[in-house]
Amino acid sequence: MLRTTSPLPGFGLGMGILLLALSIVVLLPLGALVGQGVAMGPAELAQHLGSKRVASALTLSFRAALIASVFNLVFGLALAWVLTRYRFPGRRIIDAAVDLPFALPTAVAGIALTALYAPTGVFGSALAHLGLQVAYTEVGIWLALIFVGLPFVVRTVQPVIEEIDAEVEEASATLGASRLRTLRRVVLPTLAPSLMTGFALALARSVGEYGSVIFIAGNLPNQTEIAPLLIVIRLEEYDYNAAAAIGLAMLGISFTMLFAINATQVWNRRRIGHV
Amino acid sequence: MSDIPLYRPADVTTEARPARIVITSVILILTALLLLAPLAAVFAEALRDGLGASLAALNTPDAWAAIRLTLLISVIAVPLNAAIGLAAAWAIAKFDFRGKAILISLIDLPFSVSPVVAGLSLVLLFGSSGWFGAWLSAHDLRVVFAVPGILLATLFVTFPFVARELIPVMSEQGRSEEEAALTLGATGWYMFRTVTLPNVRWALLYGVLLCNARAMGEFGAVAVISGKIRGQTTTMPILIEMLYNEYLSVAAFSMAALLAALALLTLLLKSLMEWRHADLLAATRRH
Repeated sequence: MLRTTSPLPGFGLGMGILLLALSIVVLLPLGALVGQGVAMGPAELAQHLGSKRVASALTLSFRAALIASVFNLVFGLALAWVLTRYRFPGRRIIDAAVDLPFALPTAVAGIALTALYAPTGVFGSALAHLGLQVAYTEVGIWLALIFVGLPFVVRTVQPVIEEIDAEVEEASATLGASRLRTLRRVVLPTLAPSLMTGFALALARSVGEYGSVIFIAGNLPNQTEIAPLLIVIRLEEYDYNAAAAIGLAMLGISFTMLFAINATQVWNRRRIGHV
Repeated sequence: MSDIPLYRPADVTTEARPARIVITSVILILTALLLLAPLAAVFAEALRDGLGASLAALNTPDAWAAIRLTLLISVIAVPLNAAIGLAAAWAIAKFDFRGKAILISLIDLPFSVSPVVAGLSLVLLFGSSGWFGAWLSAHDLRVVFAVPGILLATLFVTFPFVARELIPVMSEQGRSEEEAALTLGATGWYMFRTVTLPNVRWALLYGVLLCNARAMGEFGAVAVISGKIRGQTTTMPILIEMLYNEYLSVAAFSMAALLAALALLTLLLKSLMEWRHADLLAATRRH
């Protein structure tokens, strides 16, 4: 890494602190995980990942994260739109409340959702009358992941909605487009890149989520057992190789998503020309 | 004349009034069910047997040990993180070098790694069979199942918080003010203290606030590495899980209510900063 001439001091110090901290806290531990995988070899890795229990846990984590993030894509867009475009009493409180999942510890969210949706809970007992069960099923996992992922979509889309020029919508209307057509053909394409980014961020967060899910999930092997929980179980059995294999698979999923986020942003920049 | 419709320009850039009312109602009901109901449930469950029972459940040696440990971790991790974030933002925002985008991606990496995988990685590095395991046990040091491990796990998950608030603000401000200070004879540290720090103080405070909320509430990464030794390595979130699994619902929710109150305080301070000092925060925070 070469730096161009600058009269300011402290590049070496700042970069030194950053690289030292990044190495000790983040890179070396992740390196140890990769090293464990290399030491294990591809055969054992495949054997761990090929087991039915591991495969269904990984599939469940990914499927539930995908479902929750698609829900958040629609709900988050609508919520961001209502918060920026409409005026109603309590708007600022709702706006502040969107960040609640960022501020509320996941374990707290987990036991709170379980208390509400368990068969004895306020919502759970009402749903039980309709013959529906949320807690201790996959639907409960969706619910927890919707909770943790929602702010990512809202907070990514909201600033872009604020910056839409009213003149563009007026132009579309004067040219005879209905409101719905304006929204679909003018507004939505402008928001699409930020929606993709928000979706990818929510997805990345939900795939690895642990605290808010384990209380409401039921945690039955092959049915409602998420991948991070299986890592914890294997670690408690001191089966480091099995834990590392699942961890590596999840890391692979995360990296693919990080790549997707960056690719979206590059595409976004090329398309809009700024940001 | 009265049959000529009045031209009202606002009408074409918003939805019809009935549609607005329906959309707003649906969104508000869903928000109440998804976001506000869980928050209310925490306090309702904590106070189920009255305030006295709730306070009594919090006044136990285990609860106090968990509160002390959580405060200790936050008191060490948050300032460390602030210092690292300042150093990172200084090097990244004020200088040009190759590989900057990759470095920023590496700082953001913990956001895309599951907290459980973070904890697992730390166990593999510092555990008894890990790379540093032999050296650590030879020097009688414990990281895994001890406080240093919890600290490292907390630092991992909160790593990007301060840096990502500071980098955009520092980049936007450029380096002309710092250069002027140097021209006027200021030393490097004097310039940093009197020019750079005051310029980024709200963004720094904002990052510290979010970092602290996550540090005190982290569960997944800490759960893996803490070993859950009662009274020694149980933070508040870990104790919540233990109490909940022992069916001590009031105790679990009372501890949860403490953390929920902290979350509410965080949201309040955060919103105040966004409303009053929006111009001094990163662009994405100005809503």
